[in-house]
Amino acid sequence: MPEEHAHIIPYRTFLLVWVALLVLTGLTIAAAQFHFGALNVWIALGIATLKSSLVVAVFMHMKYEQPLFKLTLLSALAILAIFVGMTFLDVLYRS
Amino acid sequence: MSRDLPPAATGRGFFDEGRYPGIFGWIFSTDHKRIGLLYLWSIGTAFCVGAILGLLLRLELWAPGRTIMDAQTYNAAFTLHGVIMIFLFIIPGIPAAFGNLVMPIQIGARDVAFPRLNLLSWWLYISGAALAVTALFTGGGPPDTGWTFYVPFSTHTSTNVSLATVAVFLLGFSSILTGLNFITTIHRLRAEGMTWMRIPLFTWSLYATAWIQVLATPVLGITVALVFAERVIGTGLFDPAQGGDPIMFQHLFWIYSHPAVYIMVLPGMGVVSDIIPVFSRKPAFGYKAIVVSSLAIAFAGSLVWAHHMYTSGMSDTAVMVFSFLTFIVAIPSAIKVFNWLATMYQGSILLDPPLLFALSFILLFTIGGLTGLVLGSAATDIHVHDTYFVVGHFHFVMFGGTGMAFFAAMHYWLPKIYGRMYDKIVATVAWGVIFVGFCVLYLSMKVVGLMGMPRRYWDYVPEFTGLNQLATIGSWILAIGLVLMFVNLIRGLFWGPPAGDNPWGGATLEWQIPSPPPAENFDSDPVVTHGPYDFKKAGIL
Amino acid sequence: MSGHLHKDYTGAKFGMWLFLFTEVLLFGGLFILYGVYLARYPKEFVMAGSQLNVWFGGANTLVLLTSSLFVAMSITALRRGAKRLCLGLLGGTVACAAIFMINKFFEWSAKIHHGIYPGSAHLKEMLPGEMVFFNIYYLTTGLHGIHVVIGAIVLSWTMVFIKTGRVNAGDWVILENAGLYWHLVDLIWIFIFPLYYLILH
Repeated sequence: MPEEHAHIIPYRTFLLVWVALLVLTGLTIAAAQFHFGALNVWIALGIATLKSSLVVAVFMHMKYEQPLFKLTLLSALAILAIFVGMTFLDVLYRS
Repeated sequence: MSRDLPPAATGRGFFDEGRYPGIFGWIFSTDHKRIGLLYLWSIGTAFCVGAILGLLLRLELWAPGRTIMDAQTYNAAFTLHGVIMIFLFIIPGIPAAFGNLVMPIQIGARDVAFPRLNLLSWWLYISGAALAVTALFTGGGPPDTGWTFYVPFSTHTSTNVSLATVAVFLLGFSSILTGLNFITTIHRLRAEGMTWMRIPLFTWSLYATAWIQVLATPVLGITVALVFAERVIGTGLFDPAQGGDPIMFQHLFWIYSHPAVYIMVLPGMGVVSDIIPVFSRKPAFGYKAIVVSSLAIAFAGSLVWAHHMYTSGMSDTAVMVFSFLTFIVAIPSAIKVFNWLATMYQGSILLDPPLLFALSFILLFTIGGLTGLVLGSAATDIHVHDTYFVVGHFHFVMFGGTGMAFFAAMHYWLPKIYGRMYDKIVATVAWGVIFVGFCVLYLSMKVVGLMGMPRRYWDYVPEFTGLNQLATIGSWILAIGLVLMFVNLIRGLFWGPPAGDNPWGGATLEWQIPSPPPAENFDSDPVVTHGPYDFKKAGIL
Repeated sequence: MSGHLHKDYTGAKFGMWLFLFTEVLLFGGLFILYGVYLARYPKEFVMAGSQLNVWFGGANTLVLLTSSLFVAMSITALRRGAKRLCLGLLGGTVACAAIFMINKFFEWSAKIHHGIYPGSAHLKEMLPGEMVFFNIYYLTTGLHGIHVVIGAIVLSWTMVFIKTGRVNAGDWVILENAGLYWHLVDLIWIFIFPLYYLILH
């Protein structure tokens, strides 16, 4: 069975990712102290997206999964993005 | 491999003694066929209750003013009618009953991917139904908000909306788990040789449906949870007095409830897609086009929800964009209709009951779909929004569409499941009566709606009396047809002559095993060597 | 009755991922509302957001990130035969969950003590945007907290299975799926933290 030979992720990799996550957390706290106006939220979301990508890819093993898993995850996220985006077609353009 | 089992002589396939004795062998079974029947009977019961409510509504509307009930009771009655028909009949409907009964066999599997999760799905369904019934007799009484639970009424009414929302949440969870189970099953448990392009179109439709169940239903979950929270904890995310926006409720609600109508109709289309080739003795025309259009409907259906909201006060930009996109979603449905007709063209038509119901689907769904364009076009919608035109429209697509497909599925697959055949002539007569009653009932609604009669009103102006009475008479004709159909089915399935393994000459895998199917479905894992409608290769033509 | 079904590791994992998608869409509804109201009440969101304690939020972020590290490592431990290390790491994860909930208890108590909670009189005196912020804060972090508790229970259950040997180096998909669920809990907080605690401008 192919799964029994599936890649075992070494402890070191996890620890490195964890350190990166802590650094990014520090970064997002630091960025929040500055006045970037409307950009603040997008910077925060960008860093959060980076952190989640690390969690998904390494902690959740997605990097090593078959394409189906990656495709369906992206589809689910795309659908959510559509829901958000199209709601804003209403909210942003009310008179 | 044709084995006609005389029912009295040998075992009855999966009806033989279950893992536990008596009824426990059913309600604790993880066999997809038993779960399918549990669903079938629960859903059938729900349909009957919902239908009786519908008849009572039509009785009240026989004449202006009070006929048999007061306005508050009427509001509760149409709310309950909608909640039962939508959450307990149509949404679970074909996937939970026939998906469970047939799909694993169609792909050559022994069961679904997660059999215990499947049983949980049914128990969640029953729990949700039980809670919904409890909401009728507790708290402030049965909800009177309409099945759409719009705020601010739903957050303020003294009726038991709180318990009803919990019930809906459970029912949603049931639907999600079924979808999750089916997607995994279709990906992982197909038999050797069952490539994606050899999957029967019914299973393909369940696959597309399952994705909507998984991705859209959670939004309903959070929406009803928010209504519950507003009532019980006092959060005010939809309350203008607390900075909230009631239109946001409508967005979240319809983000689920529009894709939900495709949960309702896609499986129905799948049933039709399986039936038409068999009763035309011709392979499906445009198999790939039907597959692609099923997936396209699932996707496009998530882009159009706010066409339910043109008059809500949302931005003109949103109105225009959603209206435009609504026209797009009609295209894949039309593609299917053309493919079904092309399948029948120059086919050898067998006018058996399954085909009659399938043909009704095509006609009535098309009419309903065309009226959907009137509603989807923002300009004309202003005139017909919240009138009986809408009520007529959705009964055409949901009842004339999915309802007829459900009846088609019963007449097509239940002889396989129970191993016995019903009286086909009586079934045909029942179909005819149903069809006539249906048209009288719902065409009247469309006309009176265009004339301006509002929906969800207990009373109406005297000018509308004639059409309302016509509709009510239609409801009686329809009811007679339904009773005839159900009695004939039950009589036949329990006491009729043996149906044989393949009474209709189908080429999909469920027709290659005994009727009723054995507990394990197949003696040994099947190897598939031809497509689902390749009658020649299957040796059936 | 049904014959021994060949276990499908990939299928089980796929099923769990599908369930995670439903959780993403569930919280997604709340995030849609957040986005809409942030756009409508930018100033009030800052006013209200500044009242949340970034230390509580930050500490909880670190706790959850660490808990994710532990549970990820626990799978490697189990597969390499280090059963005791695995159980220790999982115990650490559950401990992190407990710390998170205790933190949250203190954080919420402080706010409630100041009269800031859904339906309170003090809330009703605030500006509309502030009311919305606190309402959606309680709902989102509350729903998240429920998931933390569920995750902790699931992980504890998994620890029992590991002890009894039902989950082992040859058959570890239950642990993997429990871990996936836990990571989701972490992921949601990764977005909650900046959106609620770092809205300072």
